[in-house]
Amino acid sequence: MAKPMEQITWQELETGAVVVEVGNSVQYETGSWRSERPVVDKEKCIKCMFCWLYCPEGCIRQAEEGHFEADLTYCKGCGICAEECPVKCITMVIEEK
Amino acid sequence: MAKTSISSPKHVEREEFFAPGHRACQGCAEVLAVRLVLKALGKDTIVAMATGCMEIISSPLPITSWRVPWIHNAFENAAAVISGCESGMKALMRKGKIPAKKINFVGMGGDGATADIGMGPLSGALERGHDMIYVCYDNEAYMNTGIQRSSCTPYGASTTTSPAGKKSIGQHTQKKNMVEIAAAHGIPYVATACPSFPFDLMEKVKKASETAGPAYIHILSVCPTGWRINPSEAIKYGRLAVNSCVFPLYEVDHGKYRLTYKPSDKKLIPVSEYLKGQGRFRHLTDSDIETIQAATMKAYERLLRLSEQE
Repeated sequence: MAKPMEQITWQELETGAVVVEVGNSVQYETGSWRSERPVVDKEKCIKCMFCWLYCPEGCIRQAEEGHFEADLTYCKGCGICAEECPVKCITMVIEEK
Repeated sequence: MAKTSISSPKHVEREEFFAPGHRACQGCAEVLAVRLVLKALGKDTIVAMATGCMEIISSPLPITSWRVPWIHNAFENAAAVISGCESGMKALMRKGKIPAKKINFVGMGGDGATADIGMGPLSGALERGHDMIYVCYDNEAYMNTGIQRSSCTPYGASTTTSPAGKKSIGQHTQKKNMVEIAAAHGIPYVATACPSFPFDLMEKVKKASETAGPAYIHILSVCPTGWRINPSEAIKYGRLAVNSCVFPLYEVDHGKYRLTYKPSDKKLIPVSEYLKGQGRFRHLTDSDIETIQAATMKAYERLLRLSEQE
């Protein structure tokens, strides 16, 4: 989508309100919902990928160093990754501004 | 347990067909189920989705989380629309207007859209024998409008329209057994699944896709908001539901029952373990829990007997 969603008027919508751009919800950054942030202990991570598998957002990615971490643009801080990590290398830290 | 081809996250499709930026609550296991179902099916998939949580959170116009063709339907007609898509595409392929290839036609709905409002069209689609999959995401109430009871709400659960109090236990009827209703149509494949057992879920979806004719998959989707639990425990509660036999994982493949996961003696837990942490069940007394335990084990033993029959 060329424009941010707030600026789109109804005249610009496709016929039948069809959304032609797939997966454009990536522009909506749900990271601002978060009150706790997952922090990964890179040394302890065994790269089993279970956090990636169980993440409801689908926002966990492999970092260049090989460990897995959440994309904080979208992470809502639910804590499932920290709960399900078999080696408990993820801790939830309170977000402070 | 049968040998499965997916036994590690490394075997799972890396591509995401459901984009982040959706508006699901924190810790929603239902959106996780959608993500896993799409991973199992791949990109050649057409989805028709009834109104419900998953429609609301994924497609507030003008944005969408879907990376596969998707159409929003009213509450009642997801099964009717997807059966029309299947027939239409089949006709176009037969006439040579589009190249012939395998496409997964998937109808999706919540428990309200499946067991209450859309049951007639679903029954019709199953009876007509379309080559489609219908997936029911069962979070055991109408969650997106604020936790009203549905016919899939279990006995004893407190919701806003079945509140627990001095004169009420909450939901006073038993959960509708939608899986058996689907199986009674004599369709080739019926299964239950839970995202807390992701490999089992994906195996079943793949099997449903490979089966010619209609398939029905009932997925227990833990809803932290409606079940009054901590968002981080969504996966854990799915596991507790399965290990306490409240939600057994089984399939009915061409009439043959098979339990795909039997909790071992060590893992088998009483239903109280599953019920006690949930806010919607916190008013239950010990005798209520005993009633639920007895009903749960009776249903589970029936499944055990059926799965042993040849």
